[in-house]
Amino acid sequence: MARIIVVTSGKGGVGKTTSSAAIASGLALAGHKTAVIDFDIGLRNLDLILGCERRVVYDFVNVLNGEASLQQALIKDKRSENLFILPASQTRDKDALTMEGVQQVLSELDQLGFEFVICDSPAGIEHGAMMALYFADEAIITTNPEVSSVRDSDRILGILDAKSKRAEKGLEPVKQHLLITRYNPSRVDAGEMLSVDDILEILNIPLLGVIPESQSVLNASNKGVPVVFEEQADAGQAYQDAVARLVGEDKPMRYVKAEKKSLLKRIFGG
Amino acid sequence: MSLLDFFRTTKPSTASAAKERLQIIVAERRQQGEALPAYLPQLKKDILEVLAKYVNADPNMVKISLEHSDDNLSVLELNVTLPDDDESA
Repeated sequence: MARIIVVTSGKGGVGKTTSSAAIASGLALAGHKTAVIDFDIGLRNLDLILGCERRVVYDFVNVLNGEASLQQALIKDKRSENLFILPASQTRDKDALTMEGVQQVLSELDQLGFEFVICDSPAGIEHGAMMALYFADEAIITTNPEVSSVRDSDRILGILDAKSKRAEKGLEPVKQHLLITRYNPSRVDAGEMLSVDDILEILNIPLLGVIPESQSVLNASNKGVPVVFEEQADAGQAYQDAVARLVGEDKPMRYVKAEKKSLLKRIFGG
Repeated sequence: MSLLDFFRTTKPSTASAAKERLQIIVAERRQQGEALPAYLPQLKKDILEVLAKYVNADPNMVKISLEHSDDNLSVLELNVTLPDDDESA
C-alpha cells in the first residue's frame, strides 16, 4: 500500500510547497516511486517549485471531472524517473475536489505501484485543506518557530485527530511528524526565537527534521529545482536527513546549533 | 553579540514569552478539543448497578469527571456520596 502523507500547517507561507517538493524529490532520489499532488486548487505553485510549469497539460481537476486520465495528467519529473507530479488547476473552482474523486485518484495511484503519495495542502482549514488531509496515513506538520505558526499547527493536529478518515473510522490515528522550517539557531541563542525543544514541548509530536533558514531555499525556487538537489546547501542536507528519517533511518539533527563566530565578528557584530 | 550590544542592558528573552503564551492557548485548545470518552455514561451506569446491590442507589450518588492535566496524564475522578446511615441500615 502507498503511504499517503499530507504536508500541512494551517498557516500560509511556512514552506509547505517547498517541503513537499523537497521531500517528494528526496524520496524519488532514494529510489522510491513517488507522486506529489498539489491540492491548492486555483493557486497552483508546486509545478513552479519543481520546474515543470511549462509542461502542465492536464491537471488534478481535469482528472476529477473525467476530462483526462490520471496517466495523461501526471507529469514525469525531468530529474528523477521515480517522481510524478499531479498539478492543481489554475482556474477552476475548488468544489471540484470531491471526496469520491480524491479517493479514486489515490487508489489509482496505489494500483500504479506508487510507494509514496505526498499531498501538498493549501493553507487554511477550508475544503481544499480538508481534502488534502482526509485520506492521509501520515502528516508532516510544517511549522515556523513563531507564535502564529505554532498555534495553527496545534489546530491542525486537533483536526487530524477529529476529522480525518482514520479518526472517523476509528482506525489507528494519523501518524504525525513535526518539520520545523526557517530555523535560525543564532536567534534562538539570543533568546529571540522559539527553540526546537520549546516547540516540541508545546506540540508534543515526534520531530522529523529541522530546516535552517537559508538563502539556498530562495535560490532553489528561483531556478525551479527542489532544494534537496542543492547537495552542498544546509537546507538541502537537512531535507535529505528528513527524508532518510521518513524511511526509517536514524540521522542526527544538523544545523540546530549556531556556528561559532570568529573573534572579529564577535567584536564588530554581523 | 557585537561590542555595542555588550554595553546595552540585557533585554528579557522574547522567546520565553512566546513559549509561555503558546503553552496557555494550546492547553486551552486541547481541553476543549478532547470530548469526554464515550464510555463514561456506561461506566456510571455499571457502577450504579453494583452499588444498588448494597445500598439504595440514586443516580445522583455517582459523579464522574475526567481531567487532563499535564502532558500525558489524565485523572479520572469518581465521587460517590453514600446515603445516611439510618436509610442504608
